[in-house]
Formats: sequence, C-alpha cells, structure tokens
Amino acid sequence: MSREVLSASDVRRALTRIAHEIVERNQGLEGVVLVGLQRGGVWIADALAALLAEIDPAHPVPVGTLDVSFHRDDVGLRPIVPGSVTDIPVSLGGCTVVLTDDVLYTGRTVRAALEAMNEYGRPRAVQLAVVVDRGHRELPIRPDFVGKNLPTSSEEQVSATSDGVVIR
Amino acid sequence: MKHLLSIADLSPTEIHSLLELTDHMVEINHRPIPKVPALRGKNVVSLFFEDSTRTRTSFDTAAKRLSADTMNFAVSSSSVNKGESLRDTVETIAAMGVDAFVIRHKSSGAPQMITRWTNASIVNAGDGWHQHPTQALLDSYTIRTGLNRRDGFDGLHIAIVGDIKHSRVARSDVQAFTALGARVTLVAPPTLLPPSIALLGGHDWPVDVSYDLDAVLPDVDVLYLLRVQRERMDDALLPSLEEYSAMYGLDARRAARLAPHALVMHPGPMNRGVEMVVDPAELPGSAILNQVTNGVAVRMAVLFTLLGSGSDLRGDA
Amino acid sequence: MTRVLITGGTVLDQTGERRADVAVDPASGRVTEVGTSLAAADGDTVLDATGCYVTPGFLDLHVHLREPGKEEAETIETGSRGAALGGFTAVVAMPNTDPAQDSVAVVDFVRAQGERAGLCEVLPSGCITVGRAGQRLAPFGELAAAGVRIFTDDGNGVQDPMLMRRALEYAGPLGITLAQHCEVAALTKGAVMHEGACCSHLGLPGWPSVAEEMMVFRDIELVRLTGVPMHFLHLSTARSVALVRAAKADGLPVTAEATPHHFTLTDEMLTGYDPLFKVNPPLRTRADIDALKAGLADGTIDAIATDHAPHAPHTKEQPLDQAPPGMLGLETALALAVTELDMPLADVVAALAWKPAAIAGAADRHGRPVAAGEPANLAVFDPAHQWTVSAAGMASKSRNTPYGGREVRGKVRHTIFRGTPVVIDGAAQR
Repeated sequence: MSREVLSASDVRRALTRIAHEIVERNQGLEGVVLVGLQRGGVWIADALAALLAEIDPAHPVPVGTLDVSFHRDDVGLRPIVPGSVTDIPVSLGGCTVVLTDDVLYTGRTVRAALEAMNEYGRPRAVQLAVVVDRGHRELPIRPDFVGKNLPTSSEEQVSATSDGVVIR
Repeated sequence: MKHLLSIADLSPTEIHSLLELTDHMVEINHRPIPKVPALRGKNVVSLFFEDSTRTRTSFDTAAKRLSADTMNFAVSSSSVNKGESLRDTVETIAAMGVDAFVIRHKSSGAPQMITRWTNASIVNAGDGWHQHPTQALLDSYTIRTGLNRRDGFDGLHIAIVGDIKHSRVARSDVQAFTALGARVTLVAPPTLLPPSIALLGGHDWPVDVSYDLDAVLPDVDVLYLLRVQRERMDDALLPSLEEYSAMYGLDARRAARLAPHALVMHPGPMNRGVEMVVDPAELPGSAILNQVTNGVAVRMAVLFTLLGSGSDLRGDA
Repeated sequence: MTRVLITGGTVLDQTGERRADVAVDPASGRVTEVGTSLAAADGDTVLDATGCYVTPGFLDLHVHLREPGKEEAETIETGSRGAALGGFTAVVAMPNTDPAQDSVAVVDFVRAQGERAGLCEVLPSGCITVGRAGQRLAPFGELAAAGVRIFTDDGNGVQDPMLMRRALEYAGPLGITLAQHCEVAALTKGAVMHEGACCSHLGLPGWPSVAEEMMVFRDIELVRLTGVPMHFLHLSTARSVALVRAAKADGLPVTAEATPHHFTLTDEMLTGYDPLFKVNPPLRTRADIDALKAGLADGTIDAIATDHAPHAPHTKEQPLDQAPPGMLGLETALALAVTELDMPLADVVAALAWKPAAIAGAADRHGRPVAAGEPANLAVFDPAHQWTVSAAGMASKSRNTPYGGREVRGKVRHTIFRGTPVVIDGAAQR
C-alpha cells in the first residue's frame, strides 16, 4: 500500500523554490558549496546546482558528496552501500555548506555528517536542505530549507526521488 | 562474518563485498584527517607469535584509522616454551576484554584452534604455510584497481611463480583469484610445489602448472612473484639460488616480454637478485607499492566487517 | 572355598566356540571347570555372561604407560585400569619412558608398578639402542635375562642399516623379538600428517607413505639375511601390507600389527587442525584403510595393537605441528574392531588375544584356551552392546581420544586377571 504525496513536478517546483531561498538567505552564491549526503542526497545536490546555475550563471557552485557510514552512532545498523564514497572537491574552510538529503527523520545522519565534515575544514556556516521533513527528531537538529513538511507515523517509510515522494 | 581464517571460508560475493568496502576505506585514507570513529570502543589485539613488523603495522594502522583501541603482543617462542600453552596465552589476554585478535603464527591452523578458546573475532594474519587471507584480499584489490576489473577477473590469466609449497600467500591467492574468475598458472620447480601437485597426477587445485616461465610470460595479465628463502637449499629443494634465478627470476629480458598492461606483484620482502633481478621501480607494471598501500584499506574493510557492520555482508539489514 | 563362576556365555578360543559356563579359582589363578551348566555354590561370585563371549584375555603389544617420566599423562596404574576395562589382561609397555627402558633397573621398576596395580600384567619392552638414540645396542642379554621378550625403539625407527643388521644378528640366539617403528626419519622431517591432497591444502609438512615402506622393505631383507624374527609396529600403508604379505609368502619370520585408528580414520580428519587426530605414523587414506582391513582379514597382519598414547590436555592445546602425536586406545579397541572390521569374530579375538600373546613371548599365560587347568586370564564381552564413547568417562589420566561421541558396538563386561575379577559389569574393581 503506497501513496504519492508529491509528484515529479511538485518535487521540481519545491527544489526551484529552495534554490531561490538559498540565494536569498546567503545574499548570492559567493562561498556556497553543496554537499549531498550519500546516497539519497546526492541527486538533490546535483539538481540544486543546476537550478542555481540558471539563477546565477556567474557563480558556479561546487558540489561534493559525503558518506557518513563510518561516523554514525548506530554504525552497523545500516549496510555500507558500494560506490557511495565521500568526494569533497574543495576545502570547506570559510565556506557556507548546504548539506542536502532526501528525508529528514531522526537527525542522526545529519549529526554524523556534521562530524564527518570536520575533517575537510571549518565552514563559516552549515545549512540543511531536505525534500521532506517527516518529524520524529531524536536530536536538536532543524532544516533550513524544506520541500514539504510531512507528518508520518514511524511505521511508515518515505522515499523522495526526482520522480516524486511516496509513503509506504 | 565472525572470523577471517581462510579465503576458502568466503563466497565470491563476500570477496566482492569486501573489495567494494575497501573503496570506501581508500577514500578515508585520502582524507586530510584519515580517521573515522566507526570502531570507537572496540579493542583490537595483535598477537604475533612470529615477527612481522610490516603486517602488524598495517593492521595497527587500519585499526587506528577506524578509531579502535589497539594492543600489541609479540609472543616470543621462549615464553611459550616456559610452559604456557597457546590456550593459556590466549585466555589470559582475552580476559582483558578483546573484540578481535589479529593472529600471526608459524603453525598452520593456529588461528582456527584459537577460535575455540575465545569469543573474540579472529583475523588470520598468516599461519604457517596455510593462509594469509588479508594478503589475498589486498592482492585482489590491487589487481581490481590496477587492471580496472571491478566486476571480477573473468578472462584474466595470473601466474604465481616461486615457492608455492611453503607459501600461505600462494594458497590464499589461488583461492581468491580463482573465486573471482581468473585462470591461475603456478610456475615452480616440482620441489617447490605442494606434494599433491608435484607427485600425484590428478590433484584437486583449480590451477594449471608450468615449469617454464618463459612460455607463460607473454600470456599473463599479472605476474605474481613469491619470495624464495635462502634456507631452501639446505633441504635440497634447489641446487642454488643462481640456478633458481636463471630459471624463474624476473630479469630485464623477461620483463620486456610481458604484455604492456601486465602487473608485476610481490608480497614482500623481496629478494633482490633472486626472484627479482630487475629494479621493480623500473618496471612499468610494478604494483608492489600499491599492494602495501592497499593493505591498510583492505584490513580496515576486514576489521569493519567483523566488528562494525553488525550484520552479514550479504544481508540487507 | 569361593569360586568365580561365569555363567550363560559362549566360550570362544583357538579351539572353537561353544556354550559353556566357566569356573575360576582366584587362589590358584586358574580355570577349574568348563561345562554347560555349572551350579553355583554358596559364596561363589557369579558373573552373568548372557549374550557374551568368554574369551582369553587380550594382549596389547603396544601401549605407552608414561611411567616413569610423564606421570601427568598416565601412570602404570591408570593405564592398567584402562587396559582391564578394555578386556586386556596383558600389555607391552613401550620403552620411551624417561629414563628409557634400556636397563634392568627401569624394566624391573615398570614390571613392579604393574604388579602393584594388579589390574593386568605389564610386560616391559626393552630398547634396541641405548636411550633410543640409534647409536649403540642396548644390553639385550641382561634385559632378556630379566624377562624382556620384545625390543623396540618405538617412536623412532632404527635408522642405521648396519646397526639394525647387528641388532638382529645379536638377538638371534637370545630368543627375543625385535619390533620396528618403520620411519625413515630423513623423509619425515617436521612431518605432521600424511603426505597427500589434504596436507597440500592445509599447508602442513607431509609424512610420505614411502618413509614407512622403505624401512619395512629394508628390514624384511635383513630378516631374510639373518633369519631372526621381526615384528612391524603400527603398519599404516597399503604397500607396507603388501610387502609383509610377500615376506610371509616367502616363509620369513615376520609379524605385524595395525592400530584401530589406522583402520578407522583418514587424513581428512585433520581438516579442522585438531591435534586429537595427530598420530605417528599418521592417519592415511581410504585405500590404506581398505588394505589394512584386508591384511587383518587374511592374516598378513597378525595383531590389533592400540598404540595407546596418553597426553596431558595442555600438550594437545598446541597447534598441530607442536602438539605431540598419539591418542588413547585401550578402552575403545575391542569396540572399534567389532564395529569396523568385516571379519569373523573368532579372527578378531585371535588378533587381540592369542596371536599377539605369541609375538610378545607370553603365550604360556596369555591367550590360552579357556579350559580347566589353564591360567584364568579372561575377557567377557557383549558383541552387540551399543554405546557412545565418552572421553570424560575413561580411566586414563588423559582425555585424548578422537572417538568422543562416536556410536560403537561391543563392550567388555567382565575381565578376569589371574583368577580375580578386575572388571565386573564394566566397572573396574580396584
């Protein structure tokens, strides 16, 4: 039993809005770096980079990926996904990092990401962009940019891709 | 996966999974601060009954990069001769709280025996002539990246040359390379082959055998040279190292007959002038230093799989 | 006068098989009466033998009792108790004690400890060479005068062919038998297990069959040269059996033994690196087992001997190449023979009783027919009794049996030594 909450075009519109919010919040794209969390956040970072390039072609935004597997406090509960390695093309020192992920849930992945990122320099600021915030936070973490707030029960599973957002 | 004792205990899928996990570890090792907290609070103890600074240091580095605590025990044979049995030694150290033992022992089968006396995971870091599974995994990883063969070794031809009989590296490599799909040819004089291969027609090793390195050379994708120990002459296994070198050593003439893409590998330490007559630095295909580098990453993958993954590699958790 | 009366059994000895009760006089140590329905008198100790065979007590040509020297593994008393429980009324104690059995003082000590235990007769063997070092002949004459009938350097083969020739020549007029542990040491340096497919995979140094066969061949030719009898210990290979068969066909005075482990276990048992399966000579292949069984069946191999070799547990908690070779045998020999050998029970008993008694020079008191006036050294066993081997339940001080948990058939119920029941209903009486 699954139901679609956002369609592909809903997702597209949400990301376009988020791209504009990023530009607005940071008063331009100077020093902004997108880092997608492996694996669900990587496509979002890529999609936002493309949208940002349309808004401000003069400031191409570097895109990286971050694998937090080895930094999790629940390491071992999730399998390591082959090929989903960390790749940060620039030093993050002094940058504004926008972490991207598909679904914000307990907050533990973001906590691990904040720790994993330390090794690549000290960002000026870290912001968080997610397609869906489904609640049930276990840590004091909140998103800066949200596609959709979606009340769920913890039994449900939420997937967010460019094809849409689905609850099972 | 509870222990890593032998490549024979791993399915091809498990070998692939370990090599894929090694990709992650290589990336960690390239980070400005190559350390992750994955094994924080785990205690990894190296118990080396036979000295090997290289392997011990490689495991130690791997454990530390995953933030495990490490202890090293070099157990000299003299302390064992004082009457303490292997079991007593292991149980005493295990009582300090150990999550994994990394065992090097001159006796084949010692790591397997030790599994009976402790609940800790056992990693075989080399036992006698039997197995050295992390060496085989790092060798496989080196070939996988060196020849860009992520999906397996189908169609690859690998020659292993030298003292097969006394080599735990050869026993492990044969199993790993063939499990990944390679064709393996053993090249050695009969005295340096295991007796069942040298004597009893119809052995059960999944390999070809050749006594002629020059015939095999142009066809191989990987030339894997083993160390030939100087003591072998005392047991009449070889007339002289010079003769061995002339028949089975890699010299400039032979190196020139290798295919341009072919890798040259060696588990170290090399006997210059015996099996390795050229300067490996001058070999375009030398992967020997890559082997050493990959050793740390492979051992991280092994330790993480045993202590950190909490679930079987094959499972989806 | 109290007698021991064994009732309801079937007597089986070299004269044949018959339903009979057996009366024994403990005072004289002799059988007093054999008959179909002997009546019990007041005060008789009656031993039920229903469903059992009553046979001459067994003689084990090959046991290591470890005393003097390794009393933490076994003593003559504990080894004798194991022997009695296995139906043996005599055992030949191998000479690799510390000090070795190369002097009258040591063999007298071993014999006296056997008498003190009083569970079976302990026949000390003597060394062929002083200290089993393979250099100088042990004093055969003195030892023979002290009652030693069988000489061996067991654990070592006598490597020097000249020395072996002299040993046979010198032994001839003394009426003693030399027994060889056949192993050309230069071919077995560091060897841990049979040289074959298994050792190749396990990365263990191999003990090639030819190392045994070369010495069997050499010694057969030395027997042909000297005419002096020779016994081959624990044969393990098919070619060895063939060599002995051919020697016997030539009329040479050679005899041979095989152990239960060599005719029941193969080298594949070592795949788990368990030192319980390490033994010298090593466990071999299925083909060798078949040849040993055929050799026992056709009489090429005269005797079943255990090579009972106790080792304290800590010594077997070492890696395979460091652990000492050897396994327990006394308490499982009969059952393994009955369970595994496809030969008439009378032949099994022959290989356990009167044939080894003759080789040991003890045929005047062991392996005798069950008849009035004969020494009462008897075994009573139930050939159909099913049981499970348990290391913990053994009388030996050591626990190194590879058969723990194995289902076997055939169990000793009573053992009579010199007219006295030393085992009743499977329980040692002292």
